[in-house]
Amino acid sequence: MSINIDQVTYTFIAESRELLEQMESALLAVARDGMDAVNAIFRAAHTIKGSAGMFGLDPVVEFTHVAESVLDKVRDGAIPVGDELVALLLGCRDHIGALVDAVESGTLDTDADLAQAGAPLVAALQGYLGGGAGHAAAAPAAVAGADAGAAAGMGHWHISLRFGADVLRNGMDPLSFIRYLGQMGTITGVVTLADDLPEADAFDPESCYLGFEIGFDSDADKAAIDGVFDFVRDDCVIRILPPENRVAGYLAWLDEAPATRERLGEMLVRCGSVTAHELDQALAAQAAARATGVPAAPIGAILVEQGAVRAPVVEAALAKQKQAPDTPRPQQESRSVRVDADKLDRLINLVGELIIAGAGANLVARRTQIPELLECTSTLSSLVEEVRDSALQLRMVKIGATFNRFQRVVHDVARELGKDIRLDVSGEDAELDKTVVEKIGDPLTHLVRNAMDHGIEPADVRTARGKPAQGTVALNAYHDSGSIVIEVSDDGGGLKRERILAKAVERGLVEPGRTLSDKEIFNLIFEPGFSTAEQVTNLSGRGVGMDVVKRNIVALRGSVDIASTEGVGTTVTVRLPLTLAIINGFQVGIGKSVFVIPMDMVEECIEFHEQPGCDWVDLRGQPLPFVRLRERFGIDGGAARRRSVVVVRYGGRKAGLVVDQLLGEFQTVIKPLGKVFAGARFLSGSSILGNGEVALILDMAALLAGVETESQAAVA
Amino acid sequence: MNIGDTSQGAAARLAVEGEMTIYRAAELKPALLDAVRAHDAPELDLANVTEFDCAGLQLLLMARREAARLGRRLALVAPSPAVLEACLLLGVDLDGETA
Repeated sequence: MSINIDQVTYTFIAESRELLEQMESALLAVARDGMDAVNAIFRAAHTIKGSAGMFGLDPVVEFTHVAESVLDKVRDGAIPVGDELVALLLGCRDHIGALVDAVESGTLDTDADLAQAGAPLVAALQGYLGGGAGHAAAAPAAVAGADAGAAAGMGHWHISLRFGADVLRNGMDPLSFIRYLGQMGTITGVVTLADDLPEADAFDPESCYLGFEIGFDSDADKAAIDGVFDFVRDDCVIRILPPENRVAGYLAWLDEAPATRERLGEMLVRCGSVTAHELDQALAAQAAARATGVPAAPIGAILVEQGAVRAPVVEAALAKQKQAPDTPRPQQESRSVRVDADKLDRLINLVGELIIAGAGANLVARRTQIPELLECTSTLSSLVEEVRDSALQLRMVKIGATFNRFQRVVHDVARELGKDIRLDVSGEDAELDKTVVEKIGDPLTHLVRNAMDHGIEPADVRTARGKPAQGTVALNAYHDSGSIVIEVSDDGGGLKRERILAKAVERGLVEPGRTLSDKEIFNLIFEPGFSTAEQVTNLSGRGVGMDVVKRNIVALRGSVDIASTEGVGTTVTVRLPLTLAIINGFQVGIGKSVFVIPMDMVEECIEFHEQPGCDWVDLRGQPLPFVRLRERFGIDGGAARRRSVVVVRYGGRKAGLVVDQLLGEFQTVIKPLGKVFAGARFLSGSSILGNGEVALILDMAALLAGVETESQAAVA
Repeated sequence: MNIGDTSQGAAARLAVEGEMTIYRAAELKPALLDAVRAHDAPELDLANVTEFDCAGLQLLLMARREAARLGRRLALVAPSPAVLEACLLLGVDLDGETA
């Protein structure tokens, strides 16, 4: 029993978080999208309240209810949406998020701090509710007034539910939905339909065969009533007939199902949704029309002719009815499955082990030279490769979700700084490994904050420079040779070359009088203890930051680069591997050691001809700088007779690596290096070979950076 | 048919105790059907039903329908508050036929 409950609660938590995300983006888009955004916010809050109510999570319901009431007034236009309110609602959204977190950790009822944290928000919300209450209450009453038979201030709704077979198995009890509905208004009557109950022998006790017709008095709107059934939407045919066009709606419905019309009519009366008189009248009118030979006019049309209902109302009702029951929702839910991230990680680990074991088998096969065995292992290898790719694919997520979180960061920071800044996002569809996504959040946040704080100038400076007063920070992502590239750019003041250089000299990072390229100077800001902000602000400028950003990115086997034009803007380019787990590797040998170069970076291999005193090779007329790996890693022994150069490309740079042997392409499971090797430069990880030996994975970013500075030093 | 048996009221009465919900639906179905099929005047004692959901309701309706098919009447005796509350909400008449 508890397993089922947990699963459902988990669904609630996951869906609430999704809704909170929607709520956040809608809040941030209020200024642009206006009413659409307000409606989206309201729906999100309302659905969370509704679901929380079903689970008896009272603290969530109580808090969300207050927020929802304010939102309701915003929707009515009673409260204007301003920056203050948006900030307050963002705060509320965070608090609901915290409550949902508490639900997950099971501390919802015990966490007193949490309840206290909500109190000021509730007080602020109440401030909005104080005025204009009379106005809001009047609005639904006016709507209901159109319906002659309705009680004052209440609309009489009719709700028809046909539950799918799996509702009970999915842990939902139709009864609880109806109970919950009762909290939103008064249920005037329910008729339980058991017509679909099969014969005793065919009866599956765990399938649901029931349907319900419900008469319901409430001043809630249709979206609110509809929201009650959010959790069973895929498992249930829901038909909600609104008060305004109730009779017409019923008749249209009766027309659709002529066989059962008598019974449906009866049931409507029993639910208190239609008076017997109303029904008789309308049916009589329809029958009369038929009798006079008029080709059976739809009853809706008759009612319109009689002036009973306004035409658009009927059309809307009919359109709704056509949509609702006739097209069962495409089973989107069943096409995607939520899987625990831990399970995926375990799968990927296993695939890693599989690759290592497979490599071992390959090795044996090649040694024994049994043709059948060779054939088997080669088939096996290609299958393992496919398994690897699809397993890794499972963990790939779009970067868009991460990017969208920055809308909030930008909004909050812009407020804090008193600057008007907009975030542009592009390339949201670029995919990368979930583990990378999780770790890239902090460095990116830092870069974005930095861009806003130091990059974008105050509005008056911007206008003086002839730029739009609103600053822009942009996030972009794209794939490039086995890496994902993320760009954080701003249209601010740009880096001041001279000031950076002066500071670097002052700090002893650069010798005075040395000539440096722009790029080298800009990259100085990633050095520890470097900050040029004239004014230390709350956000950045304390000298911690950019170096930490760089360290974090390098730890992910990535690299970071900066380009800037003074007065125009700055672009920070972060380059990361697509995955941290398994790659295609190109193995090379130096003496007895084996090194792995990520395959995506290998361009070609050429023969190496030693030319004394020459630090580059001639690659089809182009000079190509190279590194002798044997020297770089201090491997003993003389150079092999025939050596090769592996031409690699990383981040637009090309270089050669001189090696003794080319061993070919192998799948490489990346294992982190132990703590002992944390200081080892030029290495990004290790891998276990088929014969049990260890190969080291080269860190291209570090190696190539070395090549560049050395060759430039040589030029200078 | 052994007529004598039907007069032994206790034998024809099945008491459901505890939950009457989805979690026990699979287990309850054969028990209910046996009770309905084995006796001419089956009775179901619902006094000790602690929880009752739609799955439980379906079971009752199914058993009652099966009884009707056999020309019998399933009597529901002493429904507990849980059963009463649900039936009241859903408009199910415990004594009569379903709508």
